[in-house]
This record gives sequence, C-alpha cells and structure tokens, in this order.
Amino acid sequence: MNREDFPMLQKDIIYFDNGATTLKPKCVIDKMNEYYLHHTSNIHRGDYDAAIQTNELYDGVRNIIAQFIHANPEECIYTSGATMSLNMVVFGYMKKHLKKGDEVLLNKAEHASNVLPWIRLSEEIGIVIKYVPLDENYCLTLDNIQKCVTDRTKVISLAHVTNVIGDVRDVEAIGNYCLEQHILFCVDGAQSVPHLPVDFQKCHMDFLSFSGHKMCGPTGVGVLVARKELLEEMDPLCYGGGMNSFFEEDNSYELKEIPIRFEAGTPPIAEVIGLGEAIQYLMNIGMENIHKHEMELKKYLLEKVSSIPNLVVYNQNSDSGIFSFNIDGVFAQDTSIYLNHYHIYVRAGNHCAKLLKDEIGIKNTVRVSMYFYNTLEDVDRLVDALKNSDNLYQIVL
Amino acid sequence: MDDNLRREIILDNYQEPFHKGLVDEDGYCKVNTSSKSCIDNLDFILKIDCGIIKDIRFDGEACAISTSASSILIRKLIGKSVEEAKEILTHYKNMINEKEYDENILGELNVYDEIYKQPNRKNCALLPDVAIEKLLGGLNNGSRKNQDDGFKTC
Repeated sequence: MNREDFPMLQKDIIYFDNGATTLKPKCVIDKMNEYYLHHTSNIHRGDYDAAIQTNELYDGVRNIIAQFIHANPEECIYTSGATMSLNMVVFGYMKKHLKKGDEVLLNKAEHASNVLPWIRLSEEIGIVIKYVPLDENYCLTLDNIQKCVTDRTKVISLAHVTNVIGDVRDVEAIGNYCLEQHILFCVDGAQSVPHLPVDFQKCHMDFLSFSGHKMCGPTGVGVLVARKELLEEMDPLCYGGGMNSFFEEDNSYELKEIPIRFEAGTPPIAEVIGLGEAIQYLMNIGMENIHKHEMELKKYLLEKVSSIPNLVVYNQNSDSGIFSFNIDGVFAQDTSIYLNHYHIYVRAGNHCAKLLKDEIGIKNTVRVSMYFYNTLEDVDRLVDALKNSDNLYQIVL
Repeated sequence: MDDNLRREIILDNYQEPFHKGLVDEDGYCKVNTSSKSCIDNLDFILKIDCGIIKDIRFDGEACAISTSASSILIRKLIGKSVEEAKEILTHYKNMINEKEYDENILGELNVYDEIYKQPNRKNCALLPDVAIEKLLGGLNNGSRKNQDDGFKTC
C-alpha cells in the first residue's frame, strides 16, 4: 500500500525494521521543509505573519492527535518520544502520588522504557514492582493480571503491543478492570498507536505514551496523553521559558495551564508539525486497513516459513506484524547481516526487552516488523533468503 | 589469504571456540565488554603470573566474528609476557583499522585483514582487543578491584 509515497522505497530494499522506526512519506518531509524554508519562527511569541502561521500549525497538531486517539486536545502533551512520556508519568506523577510499599504491576515482555523508570522509582521511594507471569504463548492475560492484584496495587503499566512478541493486549478489558479497582492504567502505545486503532477514552487509559518516528513521523517528537485531572496533579520535569506565567525575586512563581506547563523551552516545532502531517496521512489510509494489511502479511509469512525446518519462531500466535525468530544455531546478528546481503533490513538483538529472556529462554532474536508499505513480494524475498541460508557463513564471513 | 581457508579458520573458532566458558578460581580479574553498535556482549577473565599471561577465558553472546576473534586472540596471547601481548594487540588493532602492521607477528589473526571492507564489523573484531587491553591496563593503574562475582585481584 502507498509505496510510491516513500522515497526510501525507490531503492531496492525491503524494510522490515518498522518496530525500530518507520520510513517517512514525502508529504511529512515536505511539510517540515516548508516550515524551514518558508515560515521559520518560534512559537507563542511572535506577532509577525510567519510566527502566526507557525503557531496555527503547531497548536493545530494537538487537535489532530486528540481526534486520532480519542482524547481532549488539552490532554495531549508534546514530548521527545515515548521514553520521555513514560519518564514524565513515573517521575512527574507517580513519584508524587505513590508511597513505600505501593505495588506496580509490570511484565517481563516490556521495553526498557517501561521498566527502568519504575526500577529507579523503587530505589527512590520504595514502591514494589511485581511482574505478571506471561502465558504459554508469552502473552499477558487479564486473568493473570487479576491473580497478581492485591489491595496494595496502585498501577498497572504495560505495552498495548509488545515489541518482540507483538501480542496485542486487551487494553479495553484491562482498562475496565483498572477503573473498577481504582488502579491507575498506564499504556505504552509505541508499538500500537502506529499500527491499529487506539481509543484512549473508551479503554479508560489514564496515561498513553507514543513516539512520532514509529508512525511515519520525524524523530525527536512524541506524545503523552493523560486524563486532565491527573495532569493537574502532575509536576513538570522541566522548567523554563514558555511554561510559566510569572516568577519573582522572592521565589514566587506560577505555572501556565496544562498542557503548555509541560512543554518548557523551544519545542521541536518542525517535528510537531511533521507529526501532525503523519497522523493525517495515517488517518487517510485508515488504521483498520493498516492493521488488516499487516495481519495478512503475517499470516502469509507464517504459512511460508512453516516449511523451513531450522527456523525457531517465538510468536506464531500474536496478532501484529511482528515476527521474531532465529535460525537454529545461528547468532541473531549473523542472520541479520546475512539478510542485509539481500537488502532485507531486519533487527537483531534483545530489542530493549531484556527481561524477556527469562520467559523465552534466549537473549537475542531476529525481528521482522512489518508496516502497510510492505508487500507479499517482500515476504517472498525474505522467505527465499531464509530457505537458502545454508550458505549463510559464505556470505557473512 | 584464500577465502575458503579464511572462512574455515573463522568458522572453526566460532563453532568450537578456544577457552570459552569462565572458571571460578582465584587469581583472575574480569571485565565485561559490549558493543554500542551491536549486540555482542562478552565477559573476559585473565590470569597473570610474574608478568606472563597464564590464562584468558571468555563467555557470553556474540557473533561469528567476535567469538572467533576472541578464540584466536586468546590462543595467541597465552604464554606471552604483558609487553609481548600489548605489541600483538597494537598490530592487530592497526590491521583492523587499516594502519601499518607486521603480518608476521599476527599469525592466524591475519584472517581478519579484510574486515575493513565491512566497517560495521570492525567493532566485532575489536571487541576482544578492547576487553584484554582493559584487563592489561588494569595491571598498571591498580584499578582492578575484587568483583562481587568472586574473581580476585591478580
């Protein structure tokens, strides 16, 4: 789908590393260039034409985001990416509201950015992290979550879609459960918001984090969505220009309203504008269509690889475009280098999910992560390369 | 060097690496080395007696190049004095980085003399060098400390 929109795809490459970052359509690049070429200016300060134009575009992106994930515009904060968004939740809100002994439920398939901040907070204030066991397919079930909840459980924090197994968590059911139990529900949407419809309000999410660059947008920009009441109680991590109403010699000061309060200093203006364009681009394609296409690719890929005997697949049953595997006896990085020989771009490693090894029994995997611009022919070329991998070391060495 | 011979030496050392697996004995110092550009992650331990390298061992997860280079380097360095080892490492590093080096000193390590053609793999080949240099460097500055994992200072 829409391959002609992507300058990178004019080269003879098969890009299967969309979990790490996605390619950028020309409209996004053009929109950012337009800012740099025709109306460069800072936001919220200038009275001249270029600044007014930039303000309108920059502020308008909040409405686009709100429409995209079903939230109110003032609940959407521009950040530098999902990692920063999650850190803002943990150190801006949780640090202030949790106390020693309070329990936070995570699981071992989570990305570092949804584990390490909590570990750090545990060191700082003594919260207790509990890891909900995954099922036999390395998936997280509501049943297993419920078994771990105690009267000390204050937060459940999880990825909507995990970045190695690619399982889609039932965030609507989990969100409903959290609402009933008065547990805060924190969702890492980095691998879901780009790939399938996400509804912040319907799923009763309290916090939702995602990155622009994983959804056809630029690097350096992301979003934190949070319920307004929570934002009112959240501390900014960064103080400076743009976020204060006044400050005086006697140390008195007042912060601006939300969401501006959380956006100190000059933000990544071109990137925010680019993100807005990327979201509109995705909405025009339709998130249902994107998910459906990825599932067709995944089904086709699984059928094709089932005849390759020396392939170990770790996520047969997950409903996303992520496919994690190893060639038996071959280090993941060597497989990745081998595939690069055929211009097939994949990712080898632990993918920042360093606790997952405890569940799947291996540290490193090869990850194919697909997007709407991938095709059945891309899959065929991957499968051909894997079928003929007997000569892997002749190519790699 | 003939490509098939080169590949055979690397593969032999990858599939049956020399001194892979650590030991829990007194007299070793230990270092962990990981690459910032890839997923290689190896532990090295080294034992020195009277200025002579008595043993080096390694363990961890790494690609064919890192693993085989560790194996070949370790075989080359055991029994050498610290000074001899440092000289070998200097020539090895120079070869990987396309600087002047003496191929007669390097022996089997010459299998990596064309690794510069794959720039992203230079770090893989250099990983054991970085680790062993760190261990040897520790001899001079006295920075080696008892580690929590039980390996004692040399």
